[in-house]
Amino acid sequence: MKDPIIVVEHLVRRFATLTAVDHLTFGVSRGAVCGLLGRNGAGKTTVIKILTTLLPPTSGSARVGGHDVLQDATAVRRMIGYVPQALSADAELTGYENLLIMAKLYDLPRRVREQRITAALSLMGLEEAAHRLVHTYSGGMIRSLEIAQSTLHRPTVLFLDEPTVGLDPLARRTVWEHIKRLKERQECTILITTHYMDEADQLCDEVAILHHGRLAASGTPDALKRALGPHASLDDVFARFTGADAEVLGAYDETSRTRHVADRLG
Amino acid sequence: MRHPGPDTSLTGWAESDLRPQRTWLFAVAGKAMAIAEMELHKLRRDPTELFTRAVQPVLWLVVFGEVMSRARMIDTGGTPYLAFLVPGVLAQSVLFIAIFNGISIIWERDLGIIHKFLASPTPRAALVLGKALAGGVRALVQASVVLTLAVLLGVHLSWRMAGLCGAIVLVLLGAMVFSSFSLAIACVVRTRERFMGVGQVLTMPLFFASNAIYPTSLMPTWLRLVSHVNPLTYQIDGLRALLLPVAPGVTAAHIGLWTDYGVLAVTLAAWVAISAKLYPNIVR
Repeated sequence: MKDPIIVVEHLVRRFATLTAVDHLTFGVSRGAVCGLLGRNGAGKTTVIKILTTLLPPTSGSARVGGHDVLQDATAVRRMIGYVPQALSADAELTGYENLLIMAKLYDLPRRVREQRITAALSLMGLEEAAHRLVHTYSGGMIRSLEIAQSTLHRPTVLFLDEPTVGLDPLARRTVWEHIKRLKERQECTILITTHYMDEADQLCDEVAILHHGRLAASGTPDALKRALGPHASLDDVFARFTGADAEVLGAYDETSRTRHVADRLG
Repeated sequence: MRHPGPDTSLTGWAESDLRPQRTWLFAVAGKAMAIAEMELHKLRRDPTELFTRAVQPVLWLVVFGEVMSRARMIDTGGTPYLAFLVPGVLAQSVLFIAIFNGISIIWERDLGIIHKFLASPTPRAALVLGKALAGGVRALVQASVVLTLAVLLGVHLSWRMAGLCGAIVLVLLGAMVFSSFSLAIACVVRTRERFMGVGQVLTMPLFFASNAIYPTSLMPTWLRLVSHVNPLTYQIDGLRALLLPVAPGVTAAHIGLWTDYGVLAVTLAAWVAISAKLYPNIVR
């Protein structure tokens, strides 16, 4: 891996009896969009919480932009943006106020605050809703606002924890557009968790598949698909590495064949 | 560096123009104010709680106070009982608001708001202090309701400017002490149900083990000892010294005003430090 911006080594996180992350080692290249995939309980959110300094690791290490998440948490916090899984903009505040509080917490100097907020609002198509309370927003608008909140300070690494979960198809597409724009401009490295393989396939330069807190597979979506077979999709790759292995392997050929039949039949 | 025109493109990412890190104390103060300001925006939009909170003090002053002052059972050292009671009820109503302040971070944890704050370069002490400060301002509104009520009931209070300013400081300090204490509880119990339970269990003992409705001199020794580790006692003692008219031979304060300020300030610092330490627990 060239120039990794996130380096995770032998990372372990235990909760009482549960080992959520189990000797995980992986990296993310600078400027890449990396998809962290896995079934529910695979440890995705725990990894994100550790990388965003919300949760200390039990053992092992994690570095973001060269800073250790435990030893140098403040330096990490200054260079990251984070959109948690829940729709987390404050519903009792306006869109503008939600942005303002983040601008202040990230030490944006007063002289650039207003122009950054104005630019972010127009980029997200929220100018007209700016002074309305967020509880009048749709799910897609809230997510857009949150992406604006988390990029106001121009982070080096942006963490998106299931950013499209629970959104209608149109809103999902809006969020995709935002992520694609960030990607095209190569403005920051993005680590995204998602359950939607089509999403990962379209957006991600690299994916890491977690299973029971361990790294089951990693690489570019294309390489992973190619390794499995000529017509394999990322869904197949996912099933191969996270399913109850043997059965799913058998099932893969079958579903794959069925689908190709379906494709031919149109 | 000048920024010509609105910055519509978000390029120039790598060149981060964040303010150089301020000293810790300035960062805490500035960000605590920012958080308190947001909280007050919310309060301004939905002030219903301020009115519902006014019911209890009315009962204490109009029912309990009026009856007890007729009974003349409590020796208040020459101060009319209703006047003696006003600072007690004032502090009590502040306590009852502040002690439930912590539930807001349990809500915000469920909403993910706290996650974002904790992942930002904001000192944990600023997150606690901001919440506590908002609790303090709520308490000031409540205090003005109680004082208005006292005037309507014809209680003779001292309205010296210095006394009022001191009272404002004491109300703020007291409310912030119990707000930050409440945040610490929320970080430990982590669920609404348990938090409400603990809050209910704490309010009455804190209230009765204080000088709110009777002087500590009437207490059995053990209770008097307990009342002296209760911050509420110092807040009320100070409020009496500042708000009650001083007649010759009557001492409203038994502990001493500067001790009252001091104890509350030190207690506040301690609870802010403890809550700041516990704060990340809420998202784990």
